[in-house]
Amino acid sequence: MSTTPLQAKRRGFDYKKFLANNGALVGLVVLCLALFIATPDFLTEQNLLNIGIQVSTVAVLAFGMTFVIVAGGIDLSVGAVAALSAMSSGWLFATAGIPGGLALVGGLVVGLLAGAINGLATAYGKLPSFIATLAMLSVARGLTLVISDGRPIKTSAEVSFLGGDLGVVPMPIVILVLAALAASFLLNRTVIGRSMYAVGGNSEAARLSGLPVKRIRVTVFALAGLFAALAGLLLAGRLDSAQPQAASGYELDAIAAVVIGGASLAGGLGKISGTLIGALVLVVIRNGLNLLNVTSFWQQVVIGVVIALAVGVDVLRRKTRST
Amino acid sequence: MSEQPLITLQNVGKTFGPVTVINDVTVSVYAGQVQVLLGENGAGKSTLIKMMAGVYQPDSGHIVIDGKTVILSTTRAAEEHGIATIHQELNLVPTMSIAENVMLGRLPTKYGLVDRRALRERARAALALIDLEIDVDTLVGELGIAQQQLIEIAKALSINARILILDEPTAALTVHETEKLFTVMADLRRSGVGMLFISHHLDEIAEIGDTVTVLRDGEFIAEVPASTPEDELVTLMVGRSIADKFPRITGEVGPATEVLRVESLSSHGKFSDITFTVMAGEVLGIAGLVGAGRTELIRAIAGVDHYSSGSVEVRGRALRGGDIAAAIAAGIGHVPEDRKELGLVLDASVNDNLGYATLASTARFGLVDFAGQRSRAAEMAKKLRIRMHSIDQPIGALSGGNQQKAVFGRWIIAASTVVLLDEPTRGVDVGAKVEIYELMNAVTAAGGAIVMVSSELPEILGMSDRILVMRDGRLAGELSSADATQDAVMTLAASDVDDTNERN
Repeated sequence: MSTTPLQAKRRGFDYKKFLANNGALVGLVVLCLALFIATPDFLTEQNLLNIGIQVSTVAVLAFGMTFVIVAGGIDLSVGAVAALSAMSSGWLFATAGIPGGLALVGGLVVGLLAGAINGLATAYGKLPSFIATLAMLSVARGLTLVISDGRPIKTSAEVSFLGGDLGVVPMPIVILVLAALAASFLLNRTVIGRSMYAVGGNSEAARLSGLPVKRIRVTVFALAGLFAALAGLLLAGRLDSAQPQAASGYELDAIAAVVIGGASLAGGLGKISGTLIGALVLVVIRNGLNLLNVTSFWQQVVIGVVIALAVGVDVLRRKTRST
Repeated sequence: MSEQPLITLQNVGKTFGPVTVINDVTVSVYAGQVQVLLGENGAGKSTLIKMMAGVYQPDSGHIVIDGKTVILSTTRAAEEHGIATIHQELNLVPTMSIAENVMLGRLPTKYGLVDRRALRERARAALALIDLEIDVDTLVGELGIAQQQLIEIAKALSINARILILDEPTAALTVHETEKLFTVMADLRRSGVGMLFISHHLDEIAEIGDTVTVLRDGEFIAEVPASTPEDELVTLMVGRSIADKFPRITGEVGPATEVLRVESLSSHGKFSDITFTVMAGEVLGIAGLVGAGRTELIRAIAGVDHYSSGSVEVRGRALRGGDIAAAIAAGIGHVPEDRKELGLVLDASVNDNLGYATLASTARFGLVDFAGQRSRAAEMAKKLRIRMHSIDQPIGALSGGNQQKAVFGRWIIAASTVVLLDEPTRGVDVGAKVEIYELMNAVTAAGGAIVMVSSELPEILGMSDRILVMRDGRLAGELSSADATQDAVMTLAASDVDDTNERN
């Protein structure tokens, strides 16, 4: 960089600050422009809907993860909980014979409970969230295999509807928008949402101010579980079946989306809009590389570099802020 | 002073964006002298230090070392000129040994491996420079703060520092530890090291300093001898004379009503059998040495920690132990000892920080009352004269005094009537101190009460209506403000401490 920060300031517009605060959005726009120029297949209705559907699962998982990361934790179990929730819903419907709609709700409840257990283990059991949710990852994935005996289970029509279309718009995109609005409302407007920032920023200060820190922790993980269940059901709906290995490794995508979106793993920072942008960045990169016929092996390399760059921006942002 | 200074910041200036932090300031450090830098928080002291340490470059003016103009582009460059900084926050790795800390970044090696023998020898040599006799294999985390500070100094000297910048080194030290530090500083002075010393304790200036440079709002105000009377220094520093450093106005609030009753309160290993009451309109000071159990007592009353037996009553209503929310509901507010660790969410805004205690109580249907919170916070910030650019600014960017006012203000917004203050003016400059004392007056004038733990005796004596003295977790005595003197308090606080010190 040839310009010094001083010169940038004299020009009146602090582009460095703008970049630092909106790095992910700028990156996404640049990415889309580049792909638009590189391939005619990018800006087609079919491809954009495709991106929308793909982003829905990652983003919904990542919304739940945003609560956890804002509150200063981490949740490694969301992928496995997504699979367990979808499988439970499938089992309730196909094996236990429960009506489809109830089975769908049952799936959501399973996710909520799994998340709440993570929360209880963290808040009251004093386990680091990394460990508690690593354990839950294993337990949930194992239970998914136990329930399904390792085979896919056909899901109810209600779950399949989540993967279908509402008029011309695919349902996953509708769910994505609703989930984003709900998550954003929760985080920005409600007492529990604002409390998450305080807990993540300085949990002792929050506690001494009378905030119910433990209850907030449990809520945060329960929400992550609930959003994971929703993502799991979306995924199952698209395939018309719950797969035992569904959403494997998605927790890393979710974490990456949140971090690219500007949240700090130290807690106290993060936005739903940022997370959505982060998820879009991940999915658009994959989509673009597919269109350009880049192998999935190389895709992983690219994604890794993007995550490192995004966190680099995060560090830069905090540096500019602290002076 | 005909002698050439070791370093001079010549007419330096520094701006950040639109804000001028330092404007045309000149300050020099001479060999074998202690130059004191005096100013309120936000006066520009730390910016000035950072220029000297190579963290910032001046926008105008220049830096002269040994008569030659230099540019200190990095901290490394400053180190090469023999400039070392002892920051207020210590930069030591608690899980590593003293030897490793002293030699960190310069570990001696042999065949590519750490040469443990050389490491120990060099560390010992460094400690010997300040006559410190501790086993260099001790983990730094096992040392007290004062000793850690000395390790930092040894580390600085081991890289041949001849200009030592000490940024509020005494802020976290006890009187005894401060004396030890001053002995080391006096030795360094004799051996020709130049020092730049920053402290909020005015009484330390005459004791250890030679010359004082006073800054206010980034401007050079005066250079005066360290023997200048404290009152004059304060006047120079704040730009007005502070008539009364402890403006206690005893509240006249009608018939005496008891607001807080603590009965036989005990907590295993922390304090035992504490009984006292506090009346409306009263400031109760709790004095004692560090470790006497004062903070633990305050935390137990505030519901932060559980206690093992006894009871706490606010206006006749018993409080359950370990229940912060119940304590707050009963009217207790708690300004903890360490505002950065326990009081504030540093990344969050001033607005948010003022509102945490009332976040839930002012909400409707679980939704945050943003408009109400903003107006309450803005009003409070104005009333408390919190110096900031905007209420949405991260509170971590504010000076210590302003941060402390915000923690206090949180409880005034929450309409707390029994405010527990733990070291309320630690790291707070003179002007803001008085403002905090005025806040205390406002609470008692409105019929509330204050319980104040403080290690600063003048503050305890100046602001308390009644003083409890704690020693080894027990109440050692009670003094009325009329009977209280420094000696009376210290006698109660430390009657058998001298023996224990000798045993150490």
